[in-house]
Amino acid sequence: MTAKISYDDVEVGTELPGQSFGVTRATLVQYAGASGDFNPIHWNEKFAKEVGLPDVIAHGMFTMAEAIRVVTDWAGDPGAVVEYGVRFTKPVVVPNDDEGATIEVGGKVAAKLDDGTVRVDLVAMSAGRKVLGMSRAVVRLA
Amino acid sequence: MALDQSFAGRSYPPTDPYEVGREKIREFAEALGDPNPVYTDPEAAKALGYSDVIAPPTFVFSITFKAAGQVFRDPQLGLDYSRVVHGDQKFVHRRPVRAGDRLTVTSTIESIKSMAGNDILDIRGEVHDGTGEHVVTAWTKLVSRAAEGA
Repeated sequence: MTAKISYDDVEVGTELPGQSFGVTRATLVQYAGASGDFNPIHWNEKFAKEVGLPDVIAHGMFTMAEAIRVVTDWAGDPGAVVEYGVRFTKPVVVPNDDEGATIEVGGKVAAKLDDGTVRVDLVAMSAGRKVLGMSRAVVRLA
Repeated sequence: MALDQSFAGRSYPPTDPYEVGREKIREFAEALGDPNPVYTDPEAAKALGYSDVIAPPTFVFSITFKAAGQVFRDPQLGLDYSRVVHGDQKFVHRRPVRAGDRLTVTSTIESIKSMAGNDILDIRGEVHDGTGEHVVTAWTKLVSRAAEGA
């Protein structure tokens, strides 16, 4: 694996370029097919409301997968991600319109570890709410 | 109803191998809208030192969660799956998953807790390739919410 960022070039507090990811109902249907997660709360509004949700919500794993792109695009090599964990704190609510929802992700280096890796803490927001908690990745840099 | 705590520590037999295909990885990356060529172009993957295209870091969840199904659908455990939400997820990779891998998953119940009527289940999935090498471990926390009025 060959990250394009050098360990020596980052410091605690180094910010990663933030990104924003759009998600519509069509995105969720495509993700359901690709991931095999066909839970109707991710595509069936009637069902979602019956189980107490405000509307259809994105797969937590979709949000998790998009958030790490801030790290993989920065590091250059997705295989440099050694560890990645999140807590699903709030759902990403996806209305049935052309705009859908947006997930805004930022990250910064929170610690430099001894073995050539760094810990990146991510923040993922949608509609002004934090949708992931404890969102942390350990990345092996060059 | 609280789950039987004696299930903590229980391991389930390894799954049959799942063969990771290039086109499945491509489909997954496209669903994320991620154009990184290391997911779709074997030459781009080779340039980074991989023998074939690699999968995004969370790709393996589809495999480990299916394997975890034998745990949370175990009738003896008695989990009400209709009330389950995904609480936490974590992966620790020894190397990225790549096309051609034949992956087996061994699931273990790490802990069972009951808090405020919610059942909290921590499942660990150890993923090995066809040569027996460890590839990734996935930890999944599932929360079965207390039934209303219970």
